[in-house]
Amino acid sequence: MPEVRANSLEEVQEAVRTCPRLRPKGGGSKPALSTPKDGETLLDLSGLRGILEYAPEEFVFTAYAGTPLKEIEETLRAHGQYLPFHPPLVEQGATLGGTVAAGLSGPMRERFGGLRDFILGVRFVDGEGRVVRGGGKVVKNAAGFPFHRLMVGSLGAFGVMVELSFKVFPSPRATQTLRLTYGNLAEALAAMERLRVLPLDLLALDLIPPATLEIRLGGFPESLGKRLKRLQEILQKEGEVLAEDETHWEGVRNLRFLEEAPTWVKVPSAPAWVPKLEDLPLGPRRYLAGGELLYAGMEAKGLASLRQAGIPHLVLKGAEDALFPHPPEAFFRKLKLALDPRSRFPLG
Amino acid sequence: MGFLEELRALFPPGRLLTKEAELVPYESDALTAYRRRPLAVVLPERKEEVVEAVRLCYRHGVPFVARGSGTSLSGGSLPVEGGLVIALNRMNRILRLDPKARIAVVEPGVVNLEVSRQAAPFGLYYAPDPSSQPISTIGGNVAFNSGGAHCLKYGMTAGHVLALEVVTPQGEVVRLGGEGLETVGPDLHGFFVGTEGLLGVALEITLRLLPKPEAYHTLLAAYGSLEAAGNAVSQVIRSGLLPGAMEIMDRLAIEAAEAAVKAGYPRVEALLIVELEGPKEEVEEEAKLLAQVIKESGALEVRIAQSEAERQAIWKGRKAAFSAVGRLSPDYIVQDGVVPRSRLGEALKEIGRLSQEYGLRVANVFHAGDGNLHPLVLYDGKKPGELERAEELAGEILKLCVRLGGSLTGEHGIGVEKKEYMPTMFAPEDLLAMERVKEALDPKGLANRGKVLPGHGQGPHLGEVYA
Repeated sequence: MPEVRANSLEEVQEAVRTCPRLRPKGGGSKPALSTPKDGETLLDLSGLRGILEYAPEEFVFTAYAGTPLKEIEETLRAHGQYLPFHPPLVEQGATLGGTVAAGLSGPMRERFGGLRDFILGVRFVDGEGRVVRGGGKVVKNAAGFPFHRLMVGSLGAFGVMVELSFKVFPSPRATQTLRLTYGNLAEALAAMERLRVLPLDLLALDLIPPATLEIRLGGFPESLGKRLKRLQEILQKEGEVLAEDETHWEGVRNLRFLEEAPTWVKVPSAPAWVPKLEDLPLGPRRYLAGGELLYAGMEAKGLASLRQAGIPHLVLKGAEDALFPHPPEAFFRKLKLALDPRSRFPLG
Repeated sequence: MGFLEELRALFPPGRLLTKEAELVPYESDALTAYRRRPLAVVLPERKEEVVEAVRLCYRHGVPFVARGSGTSLSGGSLPVEGGLVIALNRMNRILRLDPKARIAVVEPGVVNLEVSRQAAPFGLYYAPDPSSQPISTIGGNVAFNSGGAHCLKYGMTAGHVLALEVVTPQGEVVRLGGEGLETVGPDLHGFFVGTEGLLGVALEITLRLLPKPEAYHTLLAAYGSLEAAGNAVSQVIRSGLLPGAMEIMDRLAIEAAEAAVKAGYPRVEALLIVELEGPKEEVEEEAKLLAQVIKESGALEVRIAQSEAERQAIWKGRKAAFSAVGRLSPDYIVQDGVVPRSRLGEALKEIGRLSQEYGLRVANVFHAGDGNLHPLVLYDGKKPGELERAEELAGEILKLCVRLGGSLTGEHGIGVEKKEYMPTMFAPEDLLAMERVKEALDPKGLANRGKVLPGHGQGPHLGEVYA
């Protein structure tokens, strides 16, 4: 398998100009997206790493796309800040660029939003080797075409991301988790739906089939107890309180619950679709963010059932054809022609 | 058949305007310094009519501008001379409001505030709150990626748009995005938001709704200088708080607001408004920390709203400040450049210096939390040369924002007003990439022609224009 490494912007440009078909790879934590197909050269970006700018007071940082999220989060943590979209697979080596290309967020996206809500800017190399910048390095900006948002979930279709700028927030001072188990799925769903429309500022609201809810609260240590109590009152259920919950949620955001399954899939979901999804032959799974986001492990028959039911999804591991369905031609194809006319990049 | 005959076949007489008197109200938007006479205005009531109008324009090569209430401050909905205006205000239905799914599916002509009004009985609201929200439409908000006072915490319009149905400039109808918060594949709907109508017209928009915050804590602090107010903002941020809004007004703006609505503000050099919001137990704790930070910031006077009425009183002056400043002067230009928050003090000092140098008053009212300035350059258009001087001063402020690492615009968009400044913020390759995207989706250059891209319409020598 042909392979090139690019450790700088110039080396990315060089690789783009010399390789007819490229498959960018960061940490390789999502092999379905980073494994080259026939005729593709692997572009290893793991050396294109490092934080370029970080001013904690601005809530903004800029880093090379190949920077491991672990490194970014450690730096942020030293200043009491975090990535509010709570990206998955950090322990497995996920990079900033790979996370953007896959468009992945984790359980705490419930509080302030997902990756798309926090990306501010990008510098990328397009299919002709040209360097293009979109967005900026400030939290509010409405100038020019927002190429940074185009990168989210793009699988690298429009260019090789080199630098990315993100908004970050102060970390919650303390957290606690309430775990509640219900008699059946319908009861758990009803409780989740109730919480979704209340102004409780939950950090996470997960449904674990068949009938468990995990609710994470974050804030001042002085207020958490009261908020937890109110939650128990609203739900009229004591549940189990996890006072030390960090390790648990680290496991969740790193998708440890999928480890036994051969195929890992992200499925955009909604509470109303959960019963239908639960009828499919899926493996270990968890609905994040009030039922909006399902990460599921499965075998071939599970994946086939998703496709057969026409449910959009993205395979992270364990299948060749990762994205279903393909992006809407009328809009996507023209953008692709504008930025990657020779179809060097994925989704050609 | 000619273009107008075909339009007549599509739209009944009351919804196709061609007479001079009917066209005049559509000649400009809120940036009234620019005026263009369109050939005609159509008033579609259904999305099929918009699609037909766009297809007709494509067949005949007629440029078109879609518009809502015309509140653009950057001339974003300025007509093209001899082109078609597609006025979408009659497409103002909320098609579906699903509180369980926390979404609203709306037509482009729905007024921003109306979404929150309809969502209120369910305890939900639509977060983006541009000052124009009682009038401006969601279609326009989508085109310009509108902001408001809460962008640091809640982001801009793009984050709140979950799906779009769009008609491309070539007349193809395409659905982008899904029904929920997550999607797979490129974020094409996110990309469409903020492209100022250059890539098509949004026909249907799916919006994210949020639970309305339970409690607010609104604080007004008075300072002896703008710098001190700016420093207080930095201290609030450093304390780890994340307020919903932080706003600053300078003396000129305070005086104007007082004259207009008698908000009862202290007459000082600078006022800072900080608003916390969230669950009541949390806000209570945050308020204690905020009180300590503000105390240490050297505030001359601090007021805390004890009731919703007092909260509204604090906001009243801030919300009235814009139009109030307008009363101080026959004319004004408003800019909305952004600077990194930590450079606010520097930016304001330089704006003060420029104001003196040009001999023109500049009032400052701004979103301090996200570094979004709103300098109002006051001038008298009847005095020869003053408009030109004001425009030059406004341009200097824009360049200053870019130089300090910020942006030309936080929320008003580039439109016609700021497109000449695009090369100060973007490199030629960046602009050429935008041009190529425009060209690919709109080969005839019809959709909102003449906006955003400084070189557009310059023919095959685009590279030279940017070189």
